[in-house]
Amino acid sequence: MRSSIVAPRLSLTQKIVQTKIIGKALIALVALAVLYLLAVNAIKNPTVFLQQLVNGLQLGFVYALIALGYTMVYGIVRLINFAHGDVFMVGAFISFYAISRFQLHDWVAKLSPGMSPFVARAIGSITVILLSMTLCALLAFVIERVAYKPLRDAPRISALITAIGVSFFLEYFGALKFVFSPNFTPYKRPFDVVTWTLGRQGFGKLVEGEGVPEGNIIFSNIFVIIVLTSIFLLLLLQYIVTKTRVGKAMRATAYDKPTARLMGINIDSIISITFGIGAAWAGAAGMLYATAFPQVFFWMGIIPGLKAFVAAVLGGIGSIPGAFVGALIMGQAETLSAGYISTPMRDAIAFSILIIVLLIRPTGIFGEPSREKA
Amino acid sequence: MKSRIVVSVVLLFAIALAACTPAAATGPIKIAHLAPLSGPVPTFGASTRDGGLLAMEEWNAKGGVLGRKLEAIVEDSQCTPDPAVNAANKVIDQDKVHYIVGETCSKASIPVSEIAQEKGVVMISPTSTNPTVTLKADGTAKDYVFRACFIDPFQGAVMAKFAMGKGYKTAFIMLDQGNDYVRGLAEAFEKAWTEMGGQVVGKETYTSQDTDFSAILTKVADSKAEVLWLPDYYNIVNLVAAQAKEKGVTAVLMGGDGWDSSDLDLKAADGGYFSNHYSPEDTRPIVQEWVKKYQAKYGSVPDALATLAYDATNILIAAIEKAGADDPAKVKDAIASGTFEAVSGTIKFDQYHNPIKSAAVLQVKDGKVSFIESVAP
Repeated sequence: MRSSIVAPRLSLTQKIVQTKIIGKALIALVALAVLYLLAVNAIKNPTVFLQQLVNGLQLGFVYALIALGYTMVYGIVRLINFAHGDVFMVGAFISFYAISRFQLHDWVAKLSPGMSPFVARAIGSITVILLSMTLCALLAFVIERVAYKPLRDAPRISALITAIGVSFFLEYFGALKFVFSPNFTPYKRPFDVVTWTLGRQGFGKLVEGEGVPEGNIIFSNIFVIIVLTSIFLLLLLQYIVTKTRVGKAMRATAYDKPTARLMGINIDSIISITFGIGAAWAGAAGMLYATAFPQVFFWMGIIPGLKAFVAAVLGGIGSIPGAFVGALIMGQAETLSAGYISTPMRDAIAFSILIIVLLIRPTGIFGEPSREKA
Repeated sequence: MKSRIVVSVVLLFAIALAACTPAAATGPIKIAHLAPLSGPVPTFGASTRDGGLLAMEEWNAKGGVLGRKLEAIVEDSQCTPDPAVNAANKVIDQDKVHYIVGETCSKASIPVSEIAQEKGVVMISPTSTNPTVTLKADGTAKDYVFRACFIDPFQGAVMAKFAMGKGYKTAFIMLDQGNDYVRGLAEAFEKAWTEMGGQVVGKETYTSQDTDFSAILTKVADSKAEVLWLPDYYNIVNLVAAQAKEKGVTAVLMGGDGWDSSDLDLKAADGGYFSNHYSPEDTRPIVQEWVKKYQAKYGSVPDALATLAYDATNILIAAIEKAGADDPAKVKDAIASGTFEAVSGTIKFDQYHNPIKSAAVLQVKDGKVSFIESVAP
């Protein structure tokens, strides 16, 4: 008889329920099984495994660009902008018309034929992506002014439903024959695809029509461009949000709107800029996505938009590095499940990861516990 | 007073009927064309109508059939069940036709085939590929209903034979599990391919919303398959073909008539083969003659729809001639037992009233689609 204060004795079942041990054990078991499966396959055929990782990386970086816009708008305006995926679609179509109709990717080569074709094409492609970003940003300004601003003080659900409405509007407006097209349209890439091989023998170029040399992994110039652009835009966004005056104003707005206004911050223009930047990033993603998967279609934004949203939630919505990490996880989960488990199940598997992570960390990997707002 | 009017109306009808009935026995033989001239696919309707009417014109120029002229009755069936049923009832009950060429779309042909079967009217659909068009619920054929096109899975068998003939031994199959058309072609290919001694080195499914095929294509490249069987529509083919080149896939892409679209990415799909009902480049004399005739009359190259409608109408009229009487019951037997020389191939009907005939194999090469050969099953 040691103590007088007896802790209430827990029965075994109560203990199990309280510590959620069964759930955790199940998750751990599933995770172990998946890791085992991957390890077995990685040992069996390391080249294919590495190749699948590269494939997943490319997908993940594209998702990251879309997820950045989602997470930034949510972090500052607290609105899940469901029209984001459709702005992405508009971005893809803008680059499609710029390239196919106006040959914008070729303007440098036309003006100064003496320039090296590589530099000329690079500048041309950058022009196209900048055009996509700018027009998407303008579109987002308009959407924000017309659809979201009047609802800023309305309950959050109203803004959410409006966002879904805007999303449908963009899709079906884009499907009209005189706007974009109701059909699947092949996308003309602004540059030719070059595929490189990488193996023990070193670095090489894949000859078209020939197979991959034994033990080599391959990656294309599109992969390199997507990775570099994504990292650049991520760093740029991080810089804007943390180091500039506008970024400081954004963070102040996110923290406390009325006080920010009292401090002389123009809330309206800050929110517009936030939407604009998010949309510009989606426009860039639209062009890169269409370059990687060369086809444009008025519904092309739905699935990537949804997956990028999941990636943002997975990483902790509102957190910029979180969106990035979440997107990379989504990309790997999808490719590895398509590669080693089952292709039709890959979305189910990717979304299960979301559920599991949210069960363990409800705010996402990088998410902060929701703070009390003044 | 009232009863007198009724009596006279009845009398009038009786006279009209009396005048009509003998005229039908010696007058022209009527053939109805149910074509979707409006609705979602009006170009399909125009093509099938033009092809069918041209066949009738030719027979009339030769003096008709059984010493009687042919008369066409064209109705707009809109590729939609209700208007198609109304049109079928109208031509059968009001115009008293015994023969129908149509409908173009399977979903409209299915209800029309029920009516044709019930009322004993011979029907040949030029282009409806759904198996149930010619089948009763118990799986046997509707005696009065035929089609002039092969059904979807047939192309799988034809392409397996073609690939085998090219000397390929290993195939990788990609299919969208949620699409009946794709699944049918994939299963038929796999069955024919393995029966002929080919090896299936991999089989992967995807969904119609997928755009990233890199994971599957990495497996295809790793499997070193010689043929990648991809019997989907052009939009998926465009995406897969473009990514296949970047993933070092050396397999030859092959598919079915889902590839047949002006939106097929010819650059990405370069080197691929697909089957189709017919090709205007086919060198057989019957094809070249048909293309010339059609061009002279309508000023354009006939598409597969016009060709199949032409074939369907010709089979019907040839069967009437063979039966020797304007009697649908005899004509249906003549179709079921006969062999017909048609533009899209020599046609015989199997027990399910689907034609057994050759398919055209086309290749995507240097920015255009060209005819390679005609492959018999």
